[in-house]
Amino acid sequence: MSADTPRENATTSTAADGRELIRFDKVTKRFGDHVVLDQLEFSVSAGKHVTLIGPSGSGKTTILRLLMTLLRPDEGTITVDGDYLTHQEKGGRLVPAGEKHVREVRKKIGMVFQQFNLFPNMKVLRNVTEAPVHVLGMGKDEAEQRARELLEMVGLTEHVDKYPTQLSGGQQQRVAIARALAMRPKVLLLDEVTSALDPELVAGVLDVLRDIAHTTDITMLVVTHEMNFARDISDDVLMFNEGKVIESGPPEKIFNDPDHERTREFLSAIL
Amino acid sequence: MTWGLWESYMLPGIWITIQVTVYSAALAAAVSFVIGVLRTSPLWIVRFLSGAYFEIFRGASALVFMFWLFFALPIAFGWQLVPMWAGVLALGLTYGAYGSEVVRGALAAVSPAQREAGIALSFTRMQRLRRIELPQAWPEMVPPFNNLAIELLKGTALVSVISVADMTFAANLIRFTTNESAPIYTLLLVMYFVLAFLITRAMRLVERKAKAGIGQAPPPGTGLLGGLRRRTKTADPVTGTATAGTPGGKQ
Repeated sequence: MSADTPRENATTSTAADGRELIRFDKVTKRFGDHVVLDQLEFSVSAGKHVTLIGPSGSGKTTILRLLMTLLRPDEGTITVDGDYLTHQEKGGRLVPAGEKHVREVRKKIGMVFQQFNLFPNMKVLRNVTEAPVHVLGMGKDEAEQRARELLEMVGLTEHVDKYPTQLSGGQQQRVAIARALAMRPKVLLLDEVTSALDPELVAGVLDVLRDIAHTTDITMLVVTHEMNFARDISDDVLMFNEGKVIESGPPEKIFNDPDHERTREFLSAIL
Repeated sequence: MTWGLWESYMLPGIWITIQVTVYSAALAAAVSFVIGVLRTSPLWIVRFLSGAYFEIFRGASALVFMFWLFFALPIAFGWQLVPMWAGVLALGLTYGAYGSEVVRGALAAVSPAQREAGIALSFTRMQRLRRIELPQAWPEMVPPFNNLAIELLKGTALVSVISVADMTFAANLIRFTTNESAPIYTLLLVMYFVLAFLITRAMRLVERKAKAGIGQAPPPGTGLLGGLRRRTKTADPVTGTATAGTPGGKQ
C-alpha cells in the first residue's frame, strides 16, 4: 500500500507529526451545473485537528463525504497517507480505482455522522464490534474487550446491551464515536456531530471529543458550528466560501483577527 | 358426507395442500430473496436479467405455467415431472417473482444513511446486505409476505387440475360421489380460511420477533385474536417484552 508515492514532493518523514496525511489536489466536485468544490487544494498533516468553517453550501460536508468515498471527485485526486483514495496507477496513468483498493485506503478513515447512523438491528456492543470483527478480522473476544473500553471512555458502560432506539441522541452519538474509533482510523471525520442533538446533550458529546483530541494523536477533520469547540481543539481553521479556501490559520487568528472580509461577516453572523 | 369419505379423501387432501403450500412457499422465499437482492445490484446486466425474470414470471399465469411444465415439458425433453413437483415449481417460481418485489422494495426503504454508515466502516457490499440492510428490511417484508403466503395457499387449489389430490381435488371427488355440492364447497371454503388464518397468526409472531430484533416495539395487534389480546394488554400497563424497547424513548 505504501509502495506508490503519488506525489514527488510528498514528504516521507517518519515522525508522526508533520507528515502529510491528507492531500486534496485540484479537486472539483459538481452537482449538476452547481460547482461545489472548485479546484480545491489543501493538505492536512498527521495528528492535526483541522476545523472547516464557512456558510452552508460552501462545500465543507462535501469534503468529508469525498474523503469517506460516499462521493467521487469529478476532477483531481485525493491522497490519504501516501495512497490515492479513488485512483490507481496503471501503466503510468491514473485510472479510477477498483472497489477493493478504495476499501483498503478507506480503512484509515472513520466518520461520525450528524444523524449518528447507528445500526438499529444491533445492540450497542455489536454496533462497535461488528466492523472490527468482520472487516479487520479481529477475534470476537478481543473486539468485545476493546469495545467495552471504548464505551467506557464515552461513558456508556451500563448501556452496552441496549438497542440504539433505547438511547438518547447524545448517547447514540457517543456510541457512534466509539464505533468509529474501534476501527483504529488514522483520520476521524466529524460531520456536524452535535447539530441533531437537543441543546442539553451537546456538552456531553463535545467533552468526549475534546478528550479524544487531547489524549490521542488521531488526525481530525471537523465540520461544526460550535465555535468554542473549534477554538478549543483546532490546530488550524479553514474558512470556506463558494468551494474554495479563502483563509486559513490557527484558531486565535481566524476567530479574533481574520484577514478576509467574508470571514468577518460569517463569524459575526454566527457568534 | 360420510366419515369414510372424509378419512380416505379429505384428510390426505388437507395434508397434500399443506405440503404443496410449504414447499412452494420455501421455493418462493428463496427466489424472492435471490431475485430481489439481484435487482438492487450495481451491475446493469444483473439488474436486467433479474428484472427480466421478475417481469416474465409476474406476467405468466401460474395455471398455464403449470400446464406447460406438466404437459409441454415432457414433449420437449422426454421426461415427466411428478404432478406435485410441477405444481410446486409453477407456484414457487411465480410467487417468488411477486416476493422479489417485496424484498427489493423493503431494501430500497432502508435509509441511505445506513448504507453510508456501512461504507464508512469499510464493509463490503455483501456484508452490508447481510449484516445491515437485510436485517433492517426484514420486518418490513413480513406483512406483505403474509399476504403472498395466503395468496399462495389459495393458489394451491390449481394443482387439483393436474390431478394432485389436494383438498380441492378431494372435494370435487366427494361431490361426484355424493352430489352434495353446497355443504362440500362450503366446508372447503372454511378449510382454506382456517389454514389462511393459521398462516396469519404465525406471521404475526414472526413480525413481533422481527420488530423486537431491531429494537422496535411489537406492532399493535390486528385481526381477530390480535384485537382481543390488545385489549387485555392495555388493561395491564406493565407489558412489553424484555428485549423490545419503546421507540424513541429517551433516558
